[in-house]
Amino acid sequence: MAMHSIKVMVNGTEHQATVESRLLLVHFLREDLRLTGTHIGCDTTHCGACTVLLDGQPVKSCTVLAVQADGRQVATVEGLEKDGKLDPIQEGFMQEHGLQCGYCTPGMMMTSSALLEKNKNPSETEIREAISGNLCRCTGYVNIVKAVQYAAGKLR
Amino acid sequence: MQPKTTPEVSGMGHSMKRKEDPRFIRGKGNYVDDIQLPGMLYMAIVRSPYAHAKIKSIKTDKALKIPGVLAVITGETLAKYNLHWMPTLMSDTQMVLPTEKVMYQSQEVAAVIATSRYLAADGVEAVEVDYEPLPVLVDPFKAIAPGAPVLRTDKKDKKDNRIFHWEVGDRTATDKAFADADVVVKQDMYIPRIHVASIETCGCIADFDRVNGKLTVYMTTQAPHAIRTVFALVAGHVGLSEERIRIVSPDIGGGFGGKVPVYPGYVIATAASVVIGKPVKWIEHRMENLQADSFARDYHIHVELAAKKDGTMVALRSKTLADHGYADAAANPSKFPAGLFSICTGSYDLKSAFAEVDGVYTNKPPGGIAYRCSFRVTEAVHLIERITDRLAQELKMDPAQLRLKNFIPPEKFPYKSALGWEYDSGNYAGALKLAMERIGYTALRKEQAEKRAKGELMGIGISSFTEIVGAGPSKHFDILGIKMFDSCEIRIHPTGKAIARFGTKSQGQGHETTYAQIIAEELGIPAAHVQVEEGDTDTAPYGLGTYASRSTPTAGAAGAIAARKIRDKAKKIAAYLLEVSPEDLVWETGKFSVKGSPGRAKTIQEIAFAAYTNHPPGMEAGLEAVDYYDPPNLTFPFGSYICVVDIDRGTGAVKIRRFVAVDDCGNIINPMIVDGQIHGGLTMGMAPALLEEISYDENGNVQGGSFMDYLLPTAMETPKWETDKTVTPSPHHPFGAKGVGESATVGAPPAIVNAVVDALSHLGVTHIDIPMTPEKVWRLLKEKGVAE
Amino acid sequence: MIPAAFDYHAPKTLAEAVALLREFKDSAKVLSGGQSLLPLLKLRLGQAGHLVDIGRIPGLEYIKEEGGMLRIGGRTREAALERSEVIRQRYPILLDTAQVIADPVVRNMATVGGNLAHGDPGNDHPATMIALGAQVVATGPSGERVIPIDSFFVGLFTTSLKPDEIVTEIRIPVPPARSGGAYVKLERKVGDYATAAAAAQVTLAASGAIERVGLALTNVGPTPVRAAAAEKLLTGKKPDAAALAEAGKAVAQACSPTEDRRGKQDYKREMARVLAQRALKKAVQRAGGN
Repeated sequence: MAMHSIKVMVNGTEHQATVESRLLLVHFLREDLRLTGTHIGCDTTHCGACTVLLDGQPVKSCTVLAVQADGRQVATVEGLEKDGKLDPIQEGFMQEHGLQCGYCTPGMMMTSSALLEKNKNPSETEIREAISGNLCRCTGYVNIVKAVQYAAGKLR
Repeated sequence: MQPKTTPEVSGMGHSMKRKEDPRFIRGKGNYVDDIQLPGMLYMAIVRSPYAHAKIKSIKTDKALKIPGVLAVITGETLAKYNLHWMPTLMSDTQMVLPTEKVMYQSQEVAAVIATSRYLAADGVEAVEVDYEPLPVLVDPFKAIAPGAPVLRTDKKDKKDNRIFHWEVGDRTATDKAFADADVVVKQDMYIPRIHVASIETCGCIADFDRVNGKLTVYMTTQAPHAIRTVFALVAGHVGLSEERIRIVSPDIGGGFGGKVPVYPGYVIATAASVVIGKPVKWIEHRMENLQADSFARDYHIHVELAAKKDGTMVALRSKTLADHGYADAAANPSKFPAGLFSICTGSYDLKSAFAEVDGVYTNKPPGGIAYRCSFRVTEAVHLIERITDRLAQELKMDPAQLRLKNFIPPEKFPYKSALGWEYDSGNYAGALKLAMERIGYTALRKEQAEKRAKGELMGIGISSFTEIVGAGPSKHFDILGIKMFDSCEIRIHPTGKAIARFGTKSQGQGHETTYAQIIAEELGIPAAHVQVEEGDTDTAPYGLGTYASRSTPTAGAAGAIAARKIRDKAKKIAAYLLEVSPEDLVWETGKFSVKGSPGRAKTIQEIAFAAYTNHPPGMEAGLEAVDYYDPPNLTFPFGSYICVVDIDRGTGAVKIRRFVAVDDCGNIINPMIVDGQIHGGLTMGMAPALLEEISYDENGNVQGGSFMDYLLPTAMETPKWETDKTVTPSPHHPFGAKGVGESATVGAPPAIVNAVVDALSHLGVTHIDIPMTPEKVWRLLKEKGVAE
Repeated sequence: MIPAAFDYHAPKTLAEAVALLREFKDSAKVLSGGQSLLPLLKLRLGQAGHLVDIGRIPGLEYIKEEGGMLRIGGRTREAALERSEVIRQRYPILLDTAQVIADPVVRNMATVGGNLAHGDPGNDHPATMIALGAQVVATGPSGERVIPIDSFFVGLFTTSLKPDEIVTEIRIPVPPARSGGAYVKLERKVGDYATAAAAAQVTLAASGAIERVGLALTNVGPTPVRAAAAEKLLTGKKPDAAALAEAGKAVAQACSPTEDRRGKQDYKREMARVLAQRALKKAVQRAGGN
């Protein structure tokens, strides 16, 4: 069972670690780096609670190996706030009551922030499509859509 | 309702942004799996592939050879401490770990303790269990039939698989009313098993401190105090004493009733920690969650409704078979084995009714109550709203008109139902008429007629439900003997800020905000200055937790009463400071002023400071109060939902085109939060109606045991919910509020079923069981000759 | 949730990758997007002693028209298909297909090559590639091998790829004028496998009759199913309602679906029929027909 030395840039900080081949990226983030904002909600790659950005693209970190992230950039929810200033997506979720228990929220926000990077004015349908890989049990999605629309408005 | 306080104070009626959000949006929530303790070990559970089997042997040597695997706990281990069985919340018993046989697929068989999560998983694969399969009994009708093999062989003298027989109402009078009626409609309906599937699964960290003899358990629980007391009772004989047990419920990623029961995993992890002396973490995988922990529903209902030919309902009777799995581990109040099912007369002025429910054991996971059901109210409302539409169909009456004809009118409240509940207040016609207006009911019926002529299938369905929440008055409500009051303790600091602790536990309902708003309303202290805490049994006053929409009716009330006690003391302090008698003072939000001399006043902040620096002689210093609130009655929120569906004749797929939900939960604390609860509740009402089901084949193999087949709706399947409100305050609640968290999950499913049946009623379709999968609907279309 | 232990290799060249596959034989698996393989390993349903990650090898992700073919690199992400202007304009059937694979987040990792190589009849690209008459280019120790799509899918989770071969390119003949294609999938929710799905690619003659048609189905047999009899019935005919209905019946007969929670066999057959008719109708529309 080989161990591998990896260097991963997480939220702009480089981390070096020696990890098992089978270590999932989500566990590397949560347990090794103690970035517990990324959550685990299923075992079949459905729920999206583990969504992070890998080189700017949302991926389900439970279905990526830590070794696959060697030499790459990972962005997690902890990196959204910059210098004490909330990201518009974070503001949007708070202003529009886009979260209740908060468990799906980091994944939702990472997916949404990537959407807004490439689509500055998404329609309701485009937002719903973009977050269709992220499950929420609490909100019924209505306010999540509003949160993303709020953030889009702020970014324009 | 216009708020009485300023936005700065943010009392009732303000859509205040949530105080809990800052940590969640930063990914700084503190969920159980986020917590790491020094020396912590990990536990993973070996589970049975068989639904019913003898355990011939458990070999642990391969597992123990894995470096890092420290122990394998089996039923034999726990039997030494008499912990291998435990009581359920319904006073039945269930296994923690088996010593003889397993009774459902995925049952816990052994637990591996290891130094890492990954090694614990490897350990589980390496444990070798030798099973001898036994005949499986999954059909509840077969299980209750005379001569069925007895499943609970652990119960001495048990000769059958019956759990309980419960009945309510006047059978004789009801049968007579049926005999005399012009019209009787009958329907069988099956409400299948479903699972809450909160995005966070269940889990705990049990941490037994050997030096201080104290057990701390961080747990995904909606009811921390009840858990503590159960642990003290169950494990008292091994030295765990209630003052040295601390249950901490930190941030919880959704509960919905699925985080109320005591799961075997919690007990095993605790036993492991006590024995090993290190913290032990156990976090369920999703498949374990779906396959082993508390399910909901599984009711086989037969219902009959009798009426006059003009549509006046006269009587209702029903007989239900409740499949509880191998143990009754539901979390009902103890006198109600079928929960509050007797609300099944619904919003209608039924003169007589009778309902009976029989519980039965089968080879399935134990449980019964969960999934936002308000203690079986989902089942009851499904029953009455479906049979009402059946009656409308039979009489060829518009379902809205039939409902309006039969609603309990406002002047009859408080209303004593035929099955014994006293409904506090209601305005059913008001809600339905508003819903009809919002959705454009008349135009939709016109459109439906036009579409029908062209062979297009469009349906409109109504559900006008009455909910029953806020358990409950001590006269009738207890869980394992503990009465269902709830509590609040408020302490005002010298600088006029406050801390308030409650016996409930939010899992996303926003208590840190809404409870602060209640106190702000009563005392005029800005909600932003009221720190709300829940969930730590070492500090919070005793409560029964948050589920069944009970928090605002009970703990919220306690908060208001405790605040009023503080206001009473504050008045005396103000009188002292102003040198008047208390009767000379008037209160307006945040201050006492002298009658006729409004310039002479003391703010609550000044009074708070004085409570510590200049309190009246003979009076205790400080400014705090506790209230344990015993509600005089339950509260009865209600609503009318209208759903419009279009059916694809080629595939049978049902699309919800529009859904209007008009809810009435009395006076509203935070409209934004209430709407959020409705949106989420509607989604959890749609899901069982169209997508979700857990079922078993004849060998007891679970179907729908992972997210591959247990289908949670995404943003694409979920329609854009439209909501509105009427406000009919509860006359007995301190601030006129009712619970609301589950209304939408209770009210929505029958609206959707009624819509689909309505779309097909001209073809002679009268009922469809949920989930209304495309295949199920397609088969009806085929049968009726209209499939594309 | 947690895979059994395995060794991991990240070769920098194709040759290295192939050599590793050769060395470890049946114990080695290619890691492309990982969105089919890793879920299997996490549930401990699949076995792999060695993962050979082709993610570090340059030159495997591209979408380009060249030499009369649309060429898609084997490691091209589904999300790249969705973003591609070429695909959107000239191969909307591929956009239809990519858009319904799993969910948008999974599609950032999932690859076209992986979707084919996994041999899962529930995957969406196989039927589309059959309808398009594609070729799969496999690179192994002896270099490149071009496999016609009709020889690629052999059985349940079995393709004609050898254990030491990697899918490096998919080639699709550039369709002639008056061509159009569509992929229509019935799924219970976003992220589900197809209850049934149909891929239709047609070329119309000047008269409006069907000159060429490729019609294939997803998840109604142990492999993706080419509805050959239906194709024959349609060739040379005007694609009117009667022709589509006749073809639909043949489609239903071509299926051998398994009963599961998505439906019993008769329902799935009927859905294949309905969806094939819908896909054909859309393909004809896109080809400039009615």
